Amino acid sequence: MALRAIAGKKTLTLGLGFGPRGAVAASCPGLGLRLRHVRGLVTFSLPDLPYDYGALEPAISGEIMQLHHQKHHQTYITNYNKALEQLEEAMAKGDSSKVVHLQSAIKFNGGGHINHSIFWQNLKPANEGGGEPPHGSLGWAIDTDYGSVEALVQKMNAEGAALQGSGWVWLALDKEMKKLKVETTANQDPLVTKGANLVPLLGIDVWEHAYYLQYKNVRPDYLKNVWKVMNWKYASEVYEKEVA
Amino acid sequence: MGFPLLSPSYCCGSQPSPPIFHGLLRFKPVTSLRKPSSQKRQLCQSGRASKILAYYGLTTPPYELDALEPYMSQRTLELHWGKHHRDYVDSLNKQLAKNPLYGHTMEELIKVTYNNGNPLPEFNNAAQVWNHDFFWESMQPGGGKLPQGGLLQQIEKDFDSFSNFRDKFVESAMTLFGSGWVWLVLRTEEKRLSVVRTSNAMCPLIWGDIPIIGLDMWEHAYYLDYKDDREKYINTFMDNLVSWHAATVRMLRAEAFVNLGEPKIPVA
Repeated sequence: MALRAIAGKKTLTLGLGFGPRGAVAASCPGLGLRLRHVRGLVTFSLPDLPYDYGALEPAISGEIMQLHHQKHHQTYITNYNKALEQLEEAMAKGDSSKVVHLQSAIKFNGGGHINHSIFWQNLKPANEGGGEPPHGSLGWAIDTDYGSVEALVQKMNAEGAALQGSGWVWLALDKEMKKLKVETTANQDPLVTKGANLVPLLGIDVWEHAYYLQYKNVRPDYLKNVWKVMNWKYASEVYEKEVA
Repeated sequence: MGFPLLSPSYCCGSQPSPPIFHGLLRFKPVTSLRKPSSQKRQLCQSGRASKILAYYGLTTPPYELDALEPYMSQRTLELHWGKHHRDYVDSLNKQLAKNPLYGHTMEELIKVTYNNGNPLPEFNNAAQVWNHDFFWESMQPGGGKLPQGGLLQQIEKDFDSFSNFRDKFVESAMTLFGSGWVWLVLRTEEKRLSVVRTSNAMCPLIWGDIPIIGLDMWEHAYYLDYKDDREKYINTFMDNLVSWHAATVRMLRAEAFVNLGEPKIPVA
């Protein structure tokens, strides 16, 4: 599921706040979990990038990576936590109107946190394997469903370029049908809003903040270049786990 | 100053659309792309089909591209107007070259292509062309400060105070999710000013309100100058860019179409 990336390779369900609240901190001392407790509520913090800000150059500039991570993603997390606290309060009071009112902020900011957490994993410096095309079962699946990796890339780039406003373009696995799909989502809607069975393999942020400082209005150039730092290995791992 | 901001046939209170709109419904613009109707064939009797092509030019901002420095950089204007706005115009003209829609003011074109909630592909481009025309005209060198006279009085009447209005405007812009616009509009039905927010290309003209001020909250509007600091951008717009002169002119025109009852907006 999309949420798996939030906690990195560590336990998966904790990101959802399942299980007894006290157990989370007790069972996972030290770093790595990115969760903390405020009055028993599970809240979130900014995951570290597995590479330096400048490591994705020249495909994505260090300036963009730093802003994107430290400002944009952090803001989503901050506002997500705020909304969750307000939600907890509203639920405790039985304030249905407030509970419903908070949903859009949760969807937006929570979605932003989910999507960006996946995105950082989707990228990899070129000298660490970024851009290397997929092998194994994902490679075969792509050839089967799209003819070739190039054809898939072209399709994703076309959809990404045509997206009006802000959003994401995804390579998804429909885990029921065991088929690959290209999807787009608007704003910070996570992929799951397009189908409960969709698992994100790769996501490309086409919000202007993801590329504007470097590529200005030429989104197609950004889309062309981002593949040079695409972490197909991560996508393959997710894919293999789901179809196994 | 660009296209006329309001066309009488659209802004008299609520309903009747101008005849040409109904004429278009008869032609069913979308399907007539597929095959020529018999009416069209009649027009072609004289031999070679002569088609009227709609064409919209890119209007220039009413000031030099560096005139809004340091609040909005020349670089931003060059990109925002010279690339983004121009792209919308070029794309629209390309679409209209294959489409029988012509002879519309931009306001009419937006309503027609909005198609009552089922937008035609032209809508996005048409609306963004209009939105950006409106945006440049909502700013001026030496802008900001306070409106005066009748407009200020109307704001104070509808928001209790100017600073209340300002707070509402800023808050609305700050809490916009994704790309969109923030507007001060005159609500034609309620006959009062209001702050509204739209997503992507949506424009308050669609539901018949009269925009008075517009602020572009797409990231391309501020990212080069302010990066992620939206609050600074919005406050700078209010303090240094917004053209209360243009807003007053628009209110005066709006008054012609919407009777606000007592007290009338005093002429500035």
